[in-house]
Order: sequence, then structure tokens, then C-alpha cells
Amino acid sequence: MKRTANLPALLLLAGLLVLWQAGAMGMNAAYLLPSPVQILQRLWDLRVPLFTVHLPATLSVTGIGLVLSVGLGLLLAVSMDASGLVRRAVYPLVVASQTIPTTAIAPLFVLWFGYGIWSKVLVTVLITFFPITITVYDGLQAARVEMGELLRTFGAGRWTLFCKLKVPCALPYFFSAVKMAIPMSIIGAAIGEWLGAQCGLGYFSRRMMTQLDGAGVFAPIVLLAATAMIAVALLSALERRVVKWRGER
Amino acid sequence: MSAALEFQAVSYQYPAEAFNLIDRLSFSIAPGSFHCIIGASGCGKSTIFRLINGLLVPNAGEIQVGGTPIGGLRQYCGYMPQQDLLFPWRTVGQNVALPLEVRGGLSRKERLYQAEAALDSVGLAGYQDKRPDELSGGMRQRAAFARTMQTGADLLLLDEPFSALDFLTRLSMQEWLLDQWQRLGKTILFITHDVEEALFLSQSVLVAAEVPIRRLEEFPVPAPMPRSRSCLVQPGMTALRETLIGLLRKQAAS
Repeated sequence: MKRTANLPALLLLAGLLVLWQAGAMGMNAAYLLPSPVQILQRLWDLRVPLFTVHLPATLSVTGIGLVLSVGLGLLLAVSMDASGLVRRAVYPLVVASQTIPTTAIAPLFVLWFGYGIWSKVLVTVLITFFPITITVYDGLQAARVEMGELLRTFGAGRWTLFCKLKVPCALPYFFSAVKMAIPMSIIGAAIGEWLGAQCGLGYFSRRMMTQLDGAGVFAPIVLLAATAMIAVALLSALERRVVKWRGER
Repeated sequence: MSAALEFQAVSYQYPAEAFNLIDRLSFSIAPGSFHCIIGASGCGKSTIFRLINGLLVPNAGEIQVGGTPIGGLRQYCGYMPQQDLLFPWRTVGQNVALPLEVRGGLSRKERLYQAEAALDSVGLAGYQDKRPDELSGGMRQRAAFARTMQTGADLLLLDEPFSALDFLTRLSMQEWLLDQWQRLGKTILFITHDVEEALFLSQSVLVAAEVPIRRLEEFPVPAPMPRSRSCLVQPGMTALRETLIGLLRKQAAS
């Protein structure tokens, strides 16, 4: 049943790829518009540097960035939920932090933190901690007041309320937040690498650009997209095992 | 023997309001009795329950359960709200075990064993591993009742527990509740706005006839226990029903 549900999307995708292939073949200018087949070919040619050097570099930036974002996001969400004062102090700043054009100030991070991993991690964190903070906070707030009152009549204190009501309520929100954050963190890492790095898929794509290698620009991008999709799919599978009650209140 | 529940000149005022909603209210409830409280909606019936279960604290006066002020008690009453409030992320058994879990002191296995026994007693044997959304409305209310029982309290506060159910389910739940009450010997306070429900269930009906609530007017129900639904058409019962409806109308009009 699931297969048939995905069928229209797969057909559309196949159609678009065929159009792309036809257009690229007609244009015959691979440095401008490489065809999907050329990109796959390039991906295969470049498999050794891509998979052994640049993919691990990007994954480590993404991984460290995500872990830090989740940690920071949870910390902020839980403290905003626990204290009205913290919420009033932090919430506007968190929202304001998102108006910073990250791509524009990312070069500064490279100046401050160098070409190493931490300038990219910072870009990733700056992009992803916001959706995690806000979504998890919403999840904590979504706990029904009546359920909390019921627990209190059983003699529950704040900690019990948090563990037995708030956390389960926020769990589906948490999964949504991380699913949103995964592609964003990969984009953040790629932006950071594009702006200044010694390795990573973003850096590699840029280097191919300077060599007018159109297929070489696309190959790491395909890899980035595939990584994001696989990571989200894995998380969704985990979510289906953990959260069985989504949609019911 | 001390009263199951006693209000001693209890007053309560919501912070947003300018007057006491509950004003020097005193009444007492004998152990093992079944009382219904009726009154127009918004008159403060539920506030009385929230004072008893500790969600609200009186501005003046004292509430005692079994002769002890409630400030020093834990799990002294089982509160069952209108909605069943079963947690969707827990199985039915885990929901029923929740009061035991909050109280602590029992192993997980012991808790689930007790929950199973409680489910058995409300006719839901074998349902402990189901999710709440697999149960019908009446079954959910029975599970919620089993959970209320797990507080171990002798005083049960039931706040319109059947009002969201369809008519026939409501009738059978009322009969089922009377049966449970006679079997368990608990003291039950039951809020409803349905006069027939109050007459069928309770030994006496307490009417919150005025706002602010200064007293609860008590009307003994002239029908012996155990009851069947046919008692509702006896002359004494129909007369009382008219009296109660008249009181509620007068209140709604004022």
C-alpha cells in the first residue's frame, strides 16, 4: 500500500529527470547544465575523495552541530517552559537571532574561528537551534492543563508533572524539530564550507566550480541531499517505533 | 465516627472576581453515602470539588476529610473529571496504574498487577495492553473510574463523568456506578446538571441554589437502595423532580 502511495511522486520525479536529461543533452554545455547521467558518472569518478574525505568532514560538522543544537534547544525550551521570567527574557532574543542573515555573517565566523571545523559548526548551530527551541517549547506547552491537574490530585509535584506529562507531550514535537533540523544543519554545514574550508562537500563543490566542472559541482550536492534524506528516513523509522499516539489528544 | 467530608465556614474568591463565590459554606457528608450536587452551570459546583481535591485553596475556613484537615493529607480523594483524560501515550493498564506510580513505593510489576485487578473489577479484564483510543466512550470512563479507585481514597469526587456519553451508554453507566458503590462502600460526591441522574443515583441531592454558594440545600431521595429505573416514576420521586427543576429554573432566571 505504501508503494502505491509513493508512486505518483516517483513517476513525477522520473519525468522531471527525463526532461532534465533531454534539456541538458540538447544544450550540450556540461559546465552550465550537466545532465543527470553525467552527474552520476562524476559521482562515480570522484567516489574516493568524496566518500573518504569530504563526506566524513561534512557529516562530522553536521553531527556536532546537531548535537549542540539539540542540547541548546532543549535547555532553552525547558527553561522557558519552567520559568515565565526566562521565557520573557529569552524568547524575543531567540526570535531576533533568526533575523540575522547567517550566510552574510558566516565569513566573520571563518575569520574568528579559522578554516577548521568550529566556524562551520557555529553556522549549523545558529541555523538549527531555533526550530528545535521553538518547536520543543510548543510541545511542552501543549500538555493539557486538565491532565496536569489530574496528576496534581494524585499528589504529583513539578518534577513528576514534567516527566510523566510534559516530556511525553513534547516527544512528537521533538521528532518533528529534529527532522526539520537535519536538512537545515546539512545546508548550514555546506554554506560554512563553501565560504571557507579545507575539506567537506560544500568546499568540494566550490572547488569544482572554479574548474568549470558542472557535473563536479552537482555531484557533492546530490550526495548532500541523499544524506539528508537517509537521515530523515532513519529518524522517521525511530519515531514510528517510539511515538504511536501522534494525532490523538 | 467522623464525617467523610466536612466544610467548616469555607470561603473562596477567584482572584479575578470581586466577591466570594463560595461564602462561609458549611456541610458534612457521612461515610459511605452517595450524594449528588446539582446547580445551574457556572454556579460554583466544580469549585467545591477543586477546593476538596486541593487544586484551589480556601481563603478562609477549613476542609476536613475523615476528621483531618486536608493540608496534611495525600491521595485522600479520588477525583474523576468530565473527560476521561486517559494519557494517549500510555496503555490502559499504565493509565490505571498512574496514581500508584505517582505515590511510589511499589514495583512496576506490582503496579501493573494491581491495575489489571482494577480493570477486571470494572469489566475491562484483558484490556490492560490496549491503547485508550481502542476503547469506546463507556469503556474509557470505566477505565478512568478504575484509575480513580487506584488512589485508594475512600472519598470519590465525580464531576459530570457521564455527560459526554450517549444516552443509552449513560444509563448503563449509572446502573454500573450504583453497583460499584454498593460493592465498594466508598463515599461518593457526584456533580451533575441532570436532575434524573441525580435522583436515580443519590441518597440525597444537594442543591447549590444561590450564587454565592452559602449553603447546600439537602433533599433526601425517597427510594430505597438497590434501585431500578422504575423508581423514577413513583409519586414521591416525580414530586421531588418537579421541586428540584423548579429550584434550578428559579436560579437560572435570577
